[in-house]
Parts: sequence; structure tokens; C-alpha cells
Amino acid sequence: MDSSITRRTGVLLLIFTFSSFLHGSRGEIPTQPTGGSVTILPPVNLDNAPQAYPDPVKENMPVFTMNYQRIQLPFEITLWVLLASFAKIGFNVYHKITIWVPESCLLISIGLIVGGIMYSVHEEPPAVLSRNVFFLYMLPPIVLDSGYFMPTRPFFENIGTVLWFAVVGTLWNSIGIGVSLFAICQIEVFGVQDINLQENLLFATIISAVDPVAVLSVFEDVSVNEQLYIVVFGECLFNDAVTVVLYNMFNFVALMPEVEPVDVFLGVGRFFVVGLGGMGFGIVFGFVAAFTTRFTFKVREIEPLFIFMYSYLAYLVAELFNISSIMAIVTCALTMKYYVEENVSQRSCTTIRHVVKMLGSISETLIFFFLGVVTITTDHEWNWGYILFTLLFAFLWRGLGVLVLTQIINPFRTIPFNFKDQFGLAYGGLRGAVSFALAFTLPENIVRKQLFVTATIAIILFTVFLQGISIRPLIELVNVRRTNRNLDTINVEIHCRLMEHTVAGIEDLCGQWSHFYWKDKFLKFNNRILRKILIRDNRAESSIVALYKRLELQNAMEILDNVSGDISATPSIVSLYEEKKSSAKPKKKFLATDVKNMHDILSKNMYKIRQRTVSYTNKHALPNDSHSREILMRRHTSIRRSLRPGSFQSSVVPKYFSLPAGKSLDTKYPPRRQIYTDDLETMSEVVYHSRPSRFGKPARSSSRAMMPLRRLDTLTEAPSVNLLDESTGEERGSSRRGTSRTNSSSSDSHIPAPHRPFHSSVENDSSSAYNIRSGHHEVEEEQQQQPPPPAWVATPRDNAAQNPLLRRPQWNPKKM
Amino acid sequence: MGASQTRTEKYQDLADKTGFSLEQIENLHKRFQRLSDNEETIRNQHPKEVGSCEEIGFEQFLMVMSHFRPPSLKTTEEEKEAMRKEKLRFLFNMHDTGNDGTITLVEYRKVVEELLSKSGDIEQETVKAMADAAMLEVASTNVPHMAPDEFYEGITFEHFEQILKGLEMETKMYIRFLDVETPTLSCGNSTS
Repeated sequence: MDSSITRRTGVLLLIFTFSSFLHGSRGEIPTQPTGGSVTILPPVNLDNAPQAYPDPVKENMPVFTMNYQRIQLPFEITLWVLLASFAKIGFNVYHKITIWVPESCLLISIGLIVGGIMYSVHEEPPAVLSRNVFFLYMLPPIVLDSGYFMPTRPFFENIGTVLWFAVVGTLWNSIGIGVSLFAICQIEVFGVQDINLQENLLFATIISAVDPVAVLSVFEDVSVNEQLYIVVFGECLFNDAVTVVLYNMFNFVALMPEVEPVDVFLGVGRFFVVGLGGMGFGIVFGFVAAFTTRFTFKVREIEPLFIFMYSYLAYLVAELFNISSIMAIVTCALTMKYYVEENVSQRSCTTIRHVVKMLGSISETLIFFFLGVVTITTDHEWNWGYILFTLLFAFLWRGLGVLVLTQIINPFRTIPFNFKDQFGLAYGGLRGAVSFALAFTLPENIVRKQLFVTATIAIILFTVFLQGISIRPLIELVNVRRTNRNLDTINVEIHCRLMEHTVAGIEDLCGQWSHFYWKDKFLKFNNRILRKILIRDNRAESSIVALYKRLELQNAMEILDNVSGDISATPSIVSLYEEKKSSAKPKKKFLATDVKNMHDILSKNMYKIRQRTVSYTNKHALPNDSHSREILMRRHTSIRRSLRPGSFQSSVVPKYFSLPAGKSLDTKYPPRRQIYTDDLETMSEVVYHSRPSRFGKPARSSSRAMMPLRRLDTLTEAPSVNLLDESTGEERGSSRRGTSRTNSSSSDSHIPAPHRPFHSSVENDSSSAYNIRSGHHEVEEEQQQQPPPPAWVATPRDNAAQNPLLRRPQWNPKKM
Repeated sequence: MGASQTRTEKYQDLADKTGFSLEQIENLHKRFQRLSDNEETIRNQHPKEVGSCEEIGFEQFLMVMSHFRPPSLKTTEEEKEAMRKEKLRFLFNMHDTGNDGTITLVEYRKVVEELLSKSGDIEQETVKAMADAAMLEVASTNVPHMAPDEFYEGITFEHFEQILKGLEMETKMYIRFLDVETPTLSCGNSTS
């Protein structure tokens, strides 16, 4: 382990030095002669006399030329991005580092190193932090990332608190720090008397922009309670917006010779215009985007593009009008997400999420990296007094602010913040990217700009390193209230929903409305009007059903999980599964004859089961129950064994989903090969998605629980859709097509059914209890559903059925 | 004079029992009278189908409402536990229409069905499947090693508590009862 680390660091260092030299080539090394164009013209003949043969003075065709100028800019950008990404790879080599030291610290350190190297070769860092580059290119991805992945439900439940802390908190901080610094400036000792109030306020605004990225990841790891998390998260997001607005305002004010009261009023008015205007723009663009995606089912490849273009457009248009572009892009993402994710295909959805995360991550990485670089390479103006007092006041006012604001807002909250929460909130106030950028983009005519820059960098470094590293042990020490993540069971979902309805009803009875009522109203409006306009395939799907489908899916994934790992036909699954499971399962190899036997047993047993279950209705076991149970067990094991490598490699895996009795399989659903891969990719997506979700891995216990259940009830002979059920269906259809079919059917049996309802024959069911068979996993394949097509067809919409359960399962957990 | 005195006594009595403040009780009483057209009791609109009582009086009304009170900053841990248990009990009784102490599959199914009835066409089988799955979850969490031929009778209160252990009831099930009188709102169709 250590040797690999040293090797890697060695490589990294080499790369750094190499690239720094390359960057050096920009200024110092004269540009290479552009030997690209070759002219083979006859040389000018001075005599004008015909020549027998051309002069020897001709240029040969250059075999190898270099033209650095041409590619310089993109090349350097790419190198820097790569460099920062290598750094990220490097950290994660040794897992323990990232637990104790937040990633931003590490990035800054690497940046410091690189900056040191560059400084020693007297090289300038790239001019990345010009105003335009930062605000137009680097900030939007970060904000889009935060906005897109904000957990909407907790956010809206806590929105009052979030806005309170973001807006009022930032104002409090800025004004407090600004005024106290101004007071300090008056003291002659420190020698900063020339900074007037406006400039102080400006500076205070810059450093009150909180950026708790590091803290958020710690919170997530520690599973801190949801309210605290969402308040910190939301505050971070919105106070960026507030800070930028204030910054612009104070910037303007700082340049003015004097300030009149009317300006203050105008300032407040401007504040509202900016904030609400930003939101308005965001909502408009969000709806337009949602509406657009309604029509994109023919052009699935470019679907993700719309998301990005619309959000970026929202950002730019808001910048055009100088209103809060951050608010615009955040509200755009929030509005858009819900509708778009229902309209686009699953692949596009994954792509969108992935790309958003990627862009956000790159931007953030680059910014912290440059922070480190710039720290070394700029000229600093250090002033002990000013900087130390800035640090002091930053802490002080943040702590005070949190205390006071919490006291005011606690009565309005259902779950008041206790002191531990407040501590978490106050201590989590790290400064970061936005402060840095704002400091850098201070206008030049502020005399003490360098001092401000230095002070900002000092604060950022201090908070990120000190607070970032120490917050984890402190949080655990203080024992902040944790949240229980293990809430992904159907029961919980049902009861949550139930309680909401109940409370809304009782509120109506009492005549006292609170946010449940408004939520209810909004949902009704949403369902009735908005969804009809914005979503192409408007079938309302309850989140309970969505959760159920998701759990079913995981359930089926677990079957897959238990199979031996050599699924060579499906690389995506394999890689993800290797990640998940560290233990290698022993691979079972079977002879072809064994396999065939197994398939035969399988099909026979399934057939038998189907017959038998017709009459199995009531509570008590049938007299010869053991027989059926035995068959079930055999079937179970044989299916398990049949999910072995070879079966996946069957070339064409027809995706037949409903087998009305007697019909042939190809009539309804022609086999589609690409669906197979789509399927598996989507399965892998499920696995992938459940990992980064905020609230952790859903409880596997529940899904495991679902497997044993076997309601051996009547299975209607109606056409059914069941991915797992091909062979049974095939039996019913009684069109045995030999082993090839059984091959594919059993291989298909690994494809989980998104729905695996425990079909119960209510018609003739008089009992209320049901039989639980632990360990009979495969029995779910007996399930039937109404015909229509499966959830995973690449273009399902055309023949999509009316059954909401069979639509594409919503893997994006709605609670996200 | 005498009437109002007995009324305040009664209110005080109720306040002690339910934990509401006097102003809140007064408001709720006004509301109650509105709902019941100034009679003593609210009558069940659909006596055959829904609910087990014919009519409820004000005290019962208050008892139900008291389940929805939020915890304040001052409640201790035990009180919070007790409140939580009460709320869970309330929910449990809501489901357990048969009053036999367990939630059977049929009862649970009914709950799921009603919940999902408004959100599009949910097929019967889906509903049943979900109810089954939910029951199974409870079963497997509480009785992990059931032999294949055992039957799970129904969810008892302990199992119910267990399965909903992680849920923060305080956030979900509360109504902020106001002290001031809200403008009387017309009730429309009773929704609860």
C-alpha cells in the first residue's frame, strides 16, 4: 500500500513539474517556427534564364513539426483540469485520509505545492480568476450541482428557516463584521485608517459567504439530523446569492462618494427585485424546459442538452439583467427536475445527473486548487492587526448570529434547534470558493485590494483547515442528534403519507391551516394542471408505488447479487458489483448436460407449480403441501444455479413480457437486443444511484423480507407482464421452443421484475393471513400482472400501458 | 354567570386531561359548534360505512385532537416517548377497525387502497401486493425466522412500534393549535 502511494506521488510530482514547465513555455520559450506550411515553389530565378533543374536550396518536407501556439489555450486548460483530477485520484488512494482531512484541504495543499513549484520557476499562474471566467464558467456548474441535488422535500419543509439564516444571517454577518472592522480601522496602531466604511462593508460581505462543502460531507457521513443538514445546505446555497447581491450593491456604493438615506431604501428595494426576480426567471425557464422535454421522445440523444442549456440560459439571462443568477439557476433546476425526470428516458436521466455532478465536481476542484496556487504566487499585503481581527470577528459574529437567529426562529419550528445543533451550524461556517472569487474580482480602484485578498485567503485557509479537520471529531464528541436513515420501507412510506393526509384532514376540521394544507393544495394544483401540461405521459404515480417498485428492484438485484460473479457479458454490472462486494464468491461451473437437466427440471417444476397453485387459496396448507414445497425448493435452487455465466451470453434475449395463453411470443413483443443491454445498464444505474443518495442505502432487510413471501394464490391466466416469468408464460403458451428458449428464459430470469406484486386472488380469498415461506426466493416469478409492456423498453411510450405500476420505475428516489 | 363558570370548570377539566390551553379549548369548542350546527354532538354522516360511532361529543373531539399536539421545548424525554407512543397508538387504532388488537391483512389492504385511491388507477393487485409486502416487512423484522408453514396473523402494537421506530412522529403528526381564533372557515365536505 505504501509503495503504491509513493509511486503515485512520485508520478504526480513528475507530472506537476512537467506541466509547470509546459506552462512556462508560454512566456519564456519563444514560439516555435511554424513549419507547417510547405511550399515547394521553384526558387526565384534572378537571371530569368531557364534552369535545367531546380536549385538545391529548397525546403524539404518537414517530417515533424510543432505548433504550440495554436493549441495553447485548450491544452493548458485540459492540463490543469487533469492535474486537479489526478490530485483527487491521489487522495482517494489512501482511504483514511479523506475521512480525517476534507477534500478541499487536500486540494488546497496540492495547489500550494504546485504554486510553490511555479513560484520557484518564476511562472505566472493562469489568469483563471478573472471576473468573467469565474462567474460565467466556473460558478454555474457548482450552483447547478447543489441545486439539482437538493433534497426537495426537507428543503421545502424547512424553507423558512433556510431563508431566514441565509438572508438575515448573511446580512447580520456582513454588517456586523463590517462595522466592527471599521471600528478597528479607527485605531491608529494598525495603520489601516484609509479603509472607509463602504470598503469595510464590502470586505465583510466577501468573507461572510459560507461554503460548507467540506462540512456537508462530514454531516452526511455522520448522519447528522436532517434539519441541520438541510439548513446548512440551503444556507450555503442561498447565501451565495445574497452575498453576490450584497457585493454588487456595496461595490456600487463603495465607488460612490457619499451615501444618502434614499440610497439605502433603494438598496433594499434592489435586494428584493434581485432575489425575487432571480426566482421568477428560474421558474419560468424551469417550466419551459419541462415543457420542451415533453416533446423530445424522438430525439433522446440530445435530451440532456436541454437541461443544461436551459439552466445556463437562465443564469445568463439573469446576469444580463444583473439580478441574482444563482437564484435563477437554482430555482430553474429545482422546478425542472421533477418534471424533466419523468419525461426523459432513463439513460438521459442518468446522463444528466452524472454530468451535473461531474461538472460541479470539476469546478469545485479547480477552484480550490487555484486557491492553493494563487496563495503562493500573488503578492501579499499582510497586516497582522487587520487580519487577526477579521478572523476573530468572523467567528464571533457567526456564533452570535446563529445564537440570536435561532432563538428568534425556534418558536416557529416544530423541531427546535438545540444547542448542539446550533454549535454544528455555527462551526460549520467555512469559507470557500465564492469568497475567494469575489475577493479576486474586486475592482482595482480599491486601494487596499491586496490586503483584502490576503485577508480573504487567510480566512479561507484558516477555516478550511482548522474547522474542516476538526469538525468531524467535534461533531461526534458533541453528539449531535442523528437521523435514522433506515427508513426505506414500505411501511414507513405508507405511514408518512397516511399521517400527512390525516393531519391535513384534521386541520381542515379544526379550521387551522398550516403548511400541510398548502402542500396539499399545491399538490392538487400540480396534479391537475401542471402535470398535464408539462409531462407527456401523465400518469400520477404515488410515491408509495414508486418506492415499492424500487424495493422490488433491489430485491431482484439481490438475487443477482447472490449469483456467482462472472457475468462477463455485462461489464457494467460486474464493475459495480465488484465495487460493492469485496468477497469473491466461488464460481460454480456446470457441465452442459447438468445445465440442460436443470432447465428441464426448472420448466417442469414451474409448470407443476402453476397447476398446483390454482387451488391454493385459503389459510391452511393443503394436505400435500410438502410436495409442492419441495418442488418450490428444487425450483428455487435450480433457478439460482441457472443464473450462471453461460446463460447471459445467449445472443438474443428476447424481451417478451406478456404471454397470453396460446399466443406466440414474437407477436407482441419482438425481441429487442438493445433492450437487454439497456436493461442491464439501467440495473447498474440503480445500483449506482442508490449509492450517492443522500439518505444512504435503503434498507436491505425489507427487500430481503419481501423475497420469501409467497402467496401461492390463484394466478389469473390473463396475460401478464413479468420479466421473470418467461418460462412459465411460455409453458402456458405451450410453445416450447426447445432449449434455446429455456436458455434465454432462464437467463432472463435474472432480469428483475420491477413489479413483483404478490398476486393474491382476492376474488376467492376468504382468509386474511397468508403463508410466508422463507427461503423460497424464486416464487415471485409466479406473479402476474396485467399485460402491458415492461418498464425498461427503450422507447416504451408508444405501447405503454395504462398500468402505472408498469411504467419505468422511478429510480430517482423522490425523496432525494 | 353560573353557566360560564361551569364551562370554565369543564374546560379546566378538559385542559388537564388533554393538555390544551384554555384558549385553545375555547377555539376548538367554537369550531365544534360550527361543525355540529350548535348541537351537542357531531353526527356520523355515513353511519353504515365509515366509523364505529354514531356521534361524538366535544370531549371525544378534543381527545382525538390532543393526539396531534406538538411537543414543546419543555417536554422531557419520557414525555416525548409517551406522546410518541400515543400517536402510534392512535394510528394503530385507526387501522385496526376490527378492534381485535392486531392489524390484519384485510385491514391493512384497506388502508393502502384508500391511500392510493386518488393517485391514478391503481389496480387491485398492486394494492394487494403492496399490502402484502408491507405485512411481510413487519413480519420479517419482528419474527425473523418463521418456518415456511407458519402464518402471520396480524400486526400487533409492538410490531407496529418496531417497524415505525425510525420515524419522527413529532414532525409528521402535529398541528399547531392556535390560541387566537381563526376566522370561521366553512368546512365544506368533511375530509378526515
